[in-house]
Amino acid sequence: MSGIPHDHYEPKSGFEKWMDRRLPVIGLLYDTIMIPTPKNLNWMWIWGIVLTFCLVLQIVTGVILVMHYTPHVDMAFASVEHIMRDVNGGAMLRYLHMNGASLFFVAVYAHIFRGLYYGSYKAPREVTWIIGMLIYLMMMGTAFMGYVLPWGQMSFHGTAVITGLFGAVPFVGDALQTWLLGATAVGQPALNRFFSLHYLLPFVIAGLVIVHIWAFHTTGNNNPTGVEVRRTSKEEAERDTLPFWPYFVIKDLFALAVIMAVFFAIVGFMPNYLGHPDNYIEANPLATPAHIVPEWYFLPFYAILRAFDGEVWLVIAVDWITFGIVDAKFFGVVAMFGAIVVMALAPWLDTSSVRSGRYRPMFKIWFWVLVVDFFILMWVGAMPAEGIYPYIALVASTYWFAYFLVILPLLGVIEKPLPQPTTIEDDFNAKVAKSKGGTDGATVATPAE
Amino acid sequence: MFKKLTLGIATALGLTAGAAFAAGGAGEVYDYDFSFEGPFGTYDEMQLQRGLQVYTEVCSACHGLKFVAIRTLGDEGGPNLPDDQVAAYADFWEVFDPAIDDFRAATPNDKFPESGLETAPDLSLMAKARAGFSGPYGSGLNQLFKGMGGAEYIATLLAGYTGEEKEEAGTILYGNKAFPGGWISMAPPLYGDDVEYADGSPTDIESVSQDVAAFLMWTAEPKMMARKQTGFIAVMFLTVLSVLLYLTNKRLWAPVKARAKGQPAE
Repeated sequence: MSGIPHDHYEPKSGFEKWMDRRLPVIGLLYDTIMIPTPKNLNWMWIWGIVLTFCLVLQIVTGVILVMHYTPHVDMAFASVEHIMRDVNGGAMLRYLHMNGASLFFVAVYAHIFRGLYYGSYKAPREVTWIIGMLIYLMMMGTAFMGYVLPWGQMSFHGTAVITGLFGAVPFVGDALQTWLLGATAVGQPALNRFFSLHYLLPFVIAGLVIVHIWAFHTTGNNNPTGVEVRRTSKEEAERDTLPFWPYFVIKDLFALAVIMAVFFAIVGFMPNYLGHPDNYIEANPLATPAHIVPEWYFLPFYAILRAFDGEVWLVIAVDWITFGIVDAKFFGVVAMFGAIVVMALAPWLDTSSVRSGRYRPMFKIWFWVLVVDFFILMWVGAMPAEGIYPYIALVASTYWFAYFLVILPLLGVIEKPLPQPTTIEDDFNAKVAKSKGGTDGATVATPAE
Repeated sequence: MFKKLTLGIATALGLTAGAAFAAGGAGEVYDYDFSFEGPFGTYDEMQLQRGLQVYTEVCSACHGLKFVAIRTLGDEGGPNLPDDQVAAYADFWEVFDPAIDDFRAATPNDKFPESGLETAPDLSLMAKARAGFSGPYGSGLNQLFKGMGGAEYIATLLAGYTGEEKEEAGTILYGNKAFPGGWISMAPPLYGDDVEYADGSPTDIESVSQDVAAFLMWTAEPKMMARKQTGFIAVMFLTVLSVLLYLTNKRLWAPVKARAKGQPAE
């Protein structure tokens, strides 16, 4: 499957040969797990396995939670309390599912920013990137709809706000919103369909994950240098790579175990820290919470949504040019989705021929500003839209767009990249030689039996 | 350990130890030391039983606990009442039974009755629905470092009446330093010595408020102790697993790195 030359699966036993002629599934698994992987991968390449684990965790806990949940406006909240109080291990299952969503997003943001820094989106991995962005969008949809299911105050009023965004679409907005909700307001039809889709989408994500893995198994992994694996011969390729099993499986499992330890500390000792207290109050259409705040992982884009209000000159200009068709509300919606679209278009917006940010001195600075910008947006998204906050949000949102639409295209032209190593092997050897000076030196020098 | 840290900071700031006021935009919440705070904190069985008494004799006049089954009063990690006492306690309540279309005496398998007064919210989850320490700046850091917050909020609110009253649109509002906005429609429920404890514990307004707040923390989070135990075992297990995987990984890569060392970068 991979373009990197390596040993392929040879059926040995009688059963394997029998199976291989009929369904070559063992060979498929073998080639997938033994894929030649650049040996210089650093610790930012562990998030893939964390994400896979999250998907499995969410599906397994979710399937069990469904057995005890009732998607009815009068019973949903009580059925969640039934899970928390009467179902064996129910409280743990629900807290795992709740916090699992947060871990999922921590991992996906780390994974995305890893890709942005090391240029993993660049040719020939554009399709991997685009599929990744689709997975991310589906994750957001799934997480949003899942948050509605407990039918607490924040579930209810958050849904009203977010589906209201579709109401901002010119001409068809109201019809679109009614179609989405199955009614003119959030109620039983909305809860039913969100429940259905919340169950469906994770399996769509699982399918896309397989395509995502297929895509990068075709191109081979990127690596911290961005230099391609040598492919002229198997011997050369083997000097740049190691098989995924056991070298990277064990490495990834170690990282996963450390992350799990932190995760279980949160689930065990402060499971409600990342949630909103208002969601422990049963939904009441007549009482709106003082501040409607989305979950933390939506905050950066929520900040972008709110940043472009009717006082920004650009919004006023667009409103005027389009004769009021694109008003401030719709502009905000377009900006929010646009923020993800520009990120998805990064492969074509980045004009630099150098893949890894490690060898791009100017890019590095702008990239880290983007990371800080992301956290500023997250913080300002949780703040009320008054006082200084809208200005901060506007500046931060503008930078987000400027990074992708102006800085990335320009840098490729004006930046003078640093020399890159010729091969992955060189980079790996240099790294090992450097670490020898440390305390690790003694053990590294001892050959294993 | 967080508690110690908090105490240290509070003392350093020249405040009475453990008496730091977490002043939010909403109201003042007093940082009580509850037994269930921190990773190893547990419910105090006796305090939960006292809290149950306060709930029964005072709060239940208006409020309900519709998500709490009476049988759970016998649960370990909760008030842990013996079975006969749970049954006797259940008998004290009347519940509406749709099967006979009439009221009957409750059994342990019934839930506590709902709020009798329409304006009185159900208290089952109140301690989780009110994060007293959501600051500073909405970051929730106080909640992280000082405990869950809801129980503190309830205790402060119950003991926090200023004694002032005002009338607004036909409703009497009572001054309260913990309630957001400073005026609450609930009349002061406690005046001190409202209950008489069998174990002779103090019945001043502060103690009683803390007892019932602890009880309501339990009704909101009845599986807390099992959860912390699971969390502790999981963290221990995963820490050991991490160490083993670290050593495996190191051993696995050692020959690869030794080879790399043999042929340094060109």
